Amino acid sequence: MNVLSRFLIAFAVFVTGLTGVAVLPARALVEIDINKGNIEPLPIAVTDFLSGGQIGTDISSVVAADLRRSGLFAPVDKAAFIEKISNPDAAPRFEDWKVINAQTLVTGRVSQEPDGRLKAEFRLWDTFAGQQLAGQQFFANRANWRRVAHIIADAIYERLTGEKGYFDTRIVFIDESGARGQTTKRLAIMDQDGANVRYLTNGEDLVLTPRFSPSRQEITYMSYVGKEPPRVYLLQLETGQRELVSNFPGMTFAPRFSPDGQKVIMSFVRDDGDTNIYTMDLRSRTTQRLTSTNAIDTSPSYSPDGSKIVFTSDRGGRAQIYVMNANGSGQKRISFGNGAYSTPVWSPRGDLIAFTKQSGGQFSIGVMRTDGKRERILVSGFLVEGPTWAPNGRVLMYFRQERGAGGPKLHSIDLTGRNEQRVESPNFGSDPAWSPLLE
Amino acid sequence: MRRIAAMKSNPVILALVAGLALSGCASKKSIPNSAADLGLNNVAPGTSRDFTVNVGDRIFFDTDSSVIRADAQAILARQAQWLNKYSQYGITIEGHADERGTREYNLALGARRAAATRDFLAGRGVNGSRVRTISYGKERPVAVCDDISCWSQNRRAVTVVSAPGS
Repeated sequence: MNVLSRFLIAFAVFVTGLTGVAVLPARALVEIDINKGNIEPLPIAVTDFLSGGQIGTDISSVVAADLRRSGLFAPVDKAAFIEKISNPDAAPRFEDWKVINAQTLVTGRVSQEPDGRLKAEFRLWDTFAGQQLAGQQFFANRANWRRVAHIIADAIYERLTGEKGYFDTRIVFIDESGARGQTTKRLAIMDQDGANVRYLTNGEDLVLTPRFSPSRQEITYMSYVGKEPPRVYLLQLETGQRELVSNFPGMTFAPRFSPDGQKVIMSFVRDDGDTNIYTMDLRSRTTQRLTSTNAIDTSPSYSPDGSKIVFTSDRGGRAQIYVMNANGSGQKRISFGNGAYSTPVWSPRGDLIAFTKQSGGQFSIGVMRTDGKRERILVSGFLVEGPTWAPNGRVLMYFRQERGAGGPKLHSIDLTGRNEQRVESPNFGSDPAWSPLLE
Repeated sequence: MRRIAAMKSNPVILALVAGLALSGCASKKSIPNSAADLGLNNVAPGTSRDFTVNVGDRIFFDTDSSVIRADAQAILARQAQWLNKYSQYGITIEGHADERGTREYNLALGARRAAATRDFLAGRGVNGSRVRTISYGKERPVAVCDDISCWSQNRRAVTVVSAPGS
């Protein structure tokens, strides 16, 4: 049983003791059920890594910030620390940590290798059991110190929750600057915590809706270039090389990669004004038409195994969510609620579909099962749009604009509907797309 | 809503709104009292300014609709007449959506509005080969506010004429 589970048991027993409710079945207590939405953050003391300089403090700050933002951990204020860690290889004085209720403790060291690389080591301790739970070391270029911190935070998250982390990831998004109605839109990329922002386009061309390839090496997006029809492009992140994905005789948009990275799926506007869904094989350049309605079929998203595609269509009147097989067969409506549904995104775990819903003058971000059942709204507002999943399927990012605001901002929220967080970016931001985890 | 009603009945006001939109400073200037104040008496027939000012370069749509409304049909009929008379111009029809939809859906909706506008003009004799359509979805609002007074102006198709070779 891991520490978080034990903590939850302690918490649950405490609560039942107070209220006098009958004791719950033991099985329900040891599971960390994301749908419960009632997880009390686990206290964790993240000490400054020993380094003989600033970098140890910097790394532990990034680790603590990642864990705090997840909503599952409550980093203990450093001012409360009693023991000063002087040897991270030795066991800490567990009593000193228990007394400040730091149930878990992170210690570490950062040093420089003879070849100039950074070596970062950490240990994770269960102070109540008096045990080490994890200990790992990593080597990296000094410039990548933030990545090292995110990888350590992922290791801690995984050890304590039993789930893969998502901190060593990046976000590609649309940076919006200037007055509303005349905004300059640039393709931008940053770490998931908002650090290391880099611009991929200069703002000359209107750019929209970027998505990562599964390898994280490429971005597909839509752009208005010169007098060309707006079209789907591919950008190599390493070289900055841009290429047109398709030569359709008109506008293509809403691109995403297939899970194997071999295809781009997108919408194409036919001459008669209707919009259908097509794929293009990136090697053979062959295209395949998947839908052929006199309607708007757009915002396609593959299931993680590549066998199915969820998309938006207004073929029945208002926009609703449909699912089809990867070859276009078996098209079936799955959403039947009041309002309009759009931007469906299949979760990386395969079990849920996130969407944007409009009803009653409001926008909402919600999730439903892949059969359309069990719709659950996570967050609503004047404008919330465009969910993207963290690679572990526990967190969603989207953009939100308040009534009267100058533009949209990026936000994230747990699948539980709790822990909404603003994601910092330099200007206004929209269309976030979360990268996969790097292997 | 009152503003839209006024625009339907008065081409001078329509021209004013169009002019403001182009200069990008909506609704901050005081409203001139007469056509002379606007300099309308200087507009030469057959110029692109003539088209914008005296014919009306845009039509509006209902929410999530690409149906050409009755008021829009009257404007498009005038457009067709002018475009057929001055056949040297190239034509771009921009389809736009308001901000109360999601980005990708609105790109498709703008495309549908542009196509519906093109088809109506074609029905009035405007040769389709002169016409290029483009959708900007909700990315190019002319009116910026968070209520229906702006949304109803942003749900539009704008006919842009360009001299040959430009």
